[in-house]
Amino acid sequence: MTRLTTTFAAPRPALVCFITAGDGDTAANLDALVEAGADVIELGMPFTDPMADGPAIQSANLRSLGAGTTTADVLRYATDFRARHPHVPLVLMGYANPMVRRGPEWFADAAAQAGVDGVICVDIPPEEDDALGPALRAKGIAPIRLATPTTDAARLPQVLEGSEGFLYYVSVAGITGKQQAQIASIEANVARIKQSTNIPVAVGFGVRTPEQAAEIAKVADGVVVGSALVELCGQYGAEAPQHLKTLTKGLAEAVHSAR
Amino acid sequence: MNTVPNSFRTQPDERGHFGQFGGRYVAETLMPLVLDLEREYRKAQADPAFQAEFDDLLEHYVGRPSPLYFAPRLTEELGGAQVWFKRDELNHTGAHKINNCIGQILLAIRMGKTRIIAETGAGQHGVATATVCARFGLPCVIYMGAEDVKRQSPNVFRMKLLGAEVVPVTSGGATLKDAMNEGLRDWVANVHDTFYIIGTAAGPHPYPEMVRNFQSVIGKEARAQMLARTGRLPDLLVAAIGGGSNALGLFHPFLDDATVKMLGVEAAGHGLDGDEHAASLLGGSPGVLHGNRTYLLQDADGQITEGHSISAGLDYPGIGPEHAWLKESGRVDYTAVTDEEALEGFQLLCATEGIIPALEPSHAIAAVKKVAPTMPKDSIILANLCGRGDKDIFTVAERLGVEL
Repeated sequence: MTRLTTTFAAPRPALVCFITAGDGDTAANLDALVEAGADVIELGMPFTDPMADGPAIQSANLRSLGAGTTTADVLRYATDFRARHPHVPLVLMGYANPMVRRGPEWFADAAAQAGVDGVICVDIPPEEDDALGPALRAKGIAPIRLATPTTDAARLPQVLEGSEGFLYYVSVAGITGKQQAQIASIEANVARIKQSTNIPVAVGFGVRTPEQAAEIAKVADGVVVGSALVELCGQYGAEAPQHLKTLTKGLAEAVHSAR
Repeated sequence: MNTVPNSFRTQPDERGHFGQFGGRYVAETLMPLVLDLEREYRKAQADPAFQAEFDDLLEHYVGRPSPLYFAPRLTEELGGAQVWFKRDELNHTGAHKINNCIGQILLAIRMGKTRIIAETGAGQHGVATATVCARFGLPCVIYMGAEDVKRQSPNVFRMKLLGAEVVPVTSGGATLKDAMNEGLRDWVANVHDTFYIIGTAAGPHPYPEMVRNFQSVIGKEARAQMLARTGRLPDLLVAAIGGGSNALGLFHPFLDDATVKMLGVEAAGHGLDGDEHAASLLGGSPGVLHGNRTYLLQDADGQITEGHSISAGLDYPGIGPEHAWLKESGRVDYTAVTDEEALEGFQLLCATEGIIPALEPSHAIAAVKKVAPTMPKDSIILANLCGRGDKDIFTVAERLGVEL
C-alpha cells in the first residue's frame, strides 16, 4: 500500500490541502496544515505563467518566485517534509515546463528521492502523457489526472487510463478561486466518474468553508482546498501558520465527520 | 535528425506534433474544446463553401491579392540581389493578421460560438480581431498587457472604436505572454459560448496548423505572382518572426521548392549576448508553454523570461512550433537583428521606396540589407512586408529623439 492508497482506504473522507512552495515559511505552513488535520498535502511548484489559476494562486506564484524559490528549493521542502511526516502523502502540483525542464526522468527521480507520492501536472492531458507519465510510473510516483465538467462520457475512460493515486475532479469549468459549483452537479459528476473507476475521487476548485467542504465530503472521497489557504499565506506572511491552523481545523472536522 | 523528409509540407502529424514540437499541452477543461475545434476545422477544410466565403472576404474586404512589388531603388542601394516585397501591409487593417482572423471567425460562426476573445501584443491582432467581430456583429474581448496598452495607445483606441472591450492585463510582466495567459483563463471559464482567436501560429493543436493554413494565402499568391512576373522562383525568402505566422504564411507554399532558401529573422533587441532580446530560436531552448512544446526564453528551472524588442509585436518569449521543427530539420535558416538595425531598416525603406514599414518587417528589411549585397545581381530576394508603420511612428520618433 502506498501512502496515498492507505489514506484513501480510511473510512472517512480525506482533506487535501494546497499551498504554494516558497510562499512564506513553507515548513511551518505545512506543519500547521498537518497538525490541524490535513490528510494529503499538495505542494504547488511556482511557475511564471500559471494559466489555470485565479488571482490568489497567481499572486502566490509571483511572491514565491520573487523570493527566489528554485526547483531545488521545492524539492528540499518536500524532502524535509517527508523526514518530519513519514506517513502523510505529499503531492507536487504545477505546470509542465518546470517539471520537464531537465528531462522527465530527472524530475521523476528527484521527486522520488524527495519522498513525493504523486504529481499533478495541470497542462499535460492524457494525449501528451509521454511527456512525463512514463517517467513518474517508473519511479512509483502516481500521475494524478484531472477530470472536469467538460470531460464527457466518451473521454472519461482515456482520462482514467493511466491515472493513479486519486482522480482530481475540478468542479467548475474555470480557474482556481472563488467560483463555486452546485452540489447537485458535483454529486452527479462524482457518481458518474465512480461508476467507471475504483480510484478515489477528490473534488476541488472554489471550496472555501467548512460548510461547503462537508457537503462535498458527503459525496466524494476527498475535498481539496487551495485558494482560501493560499490567501491566508499572502495576507499574514510569517504569521500565516496560526491562521492556516484555524481554517484547516474547521475544514478537517467538517470533512472527517461528513458521513 | 539529418535525414531529409520527402516533403516539408505534411506536418503536423495527427496528434498535432511537428517532430518533437507542437502538441496539445492544455488543462483538461480545454481539451474537449480543442478536440472539437479540430473536428470542426477538418469539416470546414473539406467544405468548398467555407473556402469560397474565405476567398470572397479576402478579395473584397481585405483587398487581396496583395501586390508583389520590385523595389528598384533599394535594390540599387544595396548593390546585389533584386529585392522584391510581398505587400501585405496594404491589407485592410494594415497587416497580415486579418487573413487569419477572417478564417477563424468564419469557423467560430460555423461552430455556433457567440463571443470572441483574443490576446494582442502590439495591437495589430487585436485590431484585426475587433474588425472581423464588428463585421460579423459578435461581441469581442481583447486581452492586452497593461504595458502594451500604454505603448500602443492608438491601437487601443482603434479597437474601442470597433466596439471591442480592451482588458489591460496587469499580471506577470504585463505584456503579450500575460495577455495570452488571461485569454486562456477566460476561455477555460467560458467554454460553452466562446471562441478564442489566437493571433499567431502557436498554441495547442490545431491552432499552429490552422493559422499557418489561413496565412498561406501570402505564399500561394507570391509564388504565382513571382512565376508570372519573372518566370522563375525566388532564391531567398525573408520574413520577420515573433510567433511566426507571417513567415510561415510566406514560407509554407515554397517549402518543397528545393532551390528556394528561407531566412527567418528574430528580434535580437539589445543583442543576443544579454537577456534583452526576443530570439526564442537563437537564444532559447525547448520547453512547454501556452499549449505547445517549442523553443522558449527560459531560465534553468523552466521559468519563462520576458522578451524584449523595440517591436511590441515581436517580444513574445516563444515561437510557433513549426518554426522550431523547421530550424531543427535545417530547411529554414534563422538569424536575428537588433533594435538598432531594425530602425536602420525602417528608415532605409522610407527613404528608398516611399514605404513606411512596421517595426516587425523592419527586422526583415535589416536582414535583407545584410544579405542582398552578398548575392549576385541576377538573384531574387522576396521579403514579406507584413505590416505598415503608422502604429510605430511614436516609438520611432522617441528613438530618433524627435518630439511629436
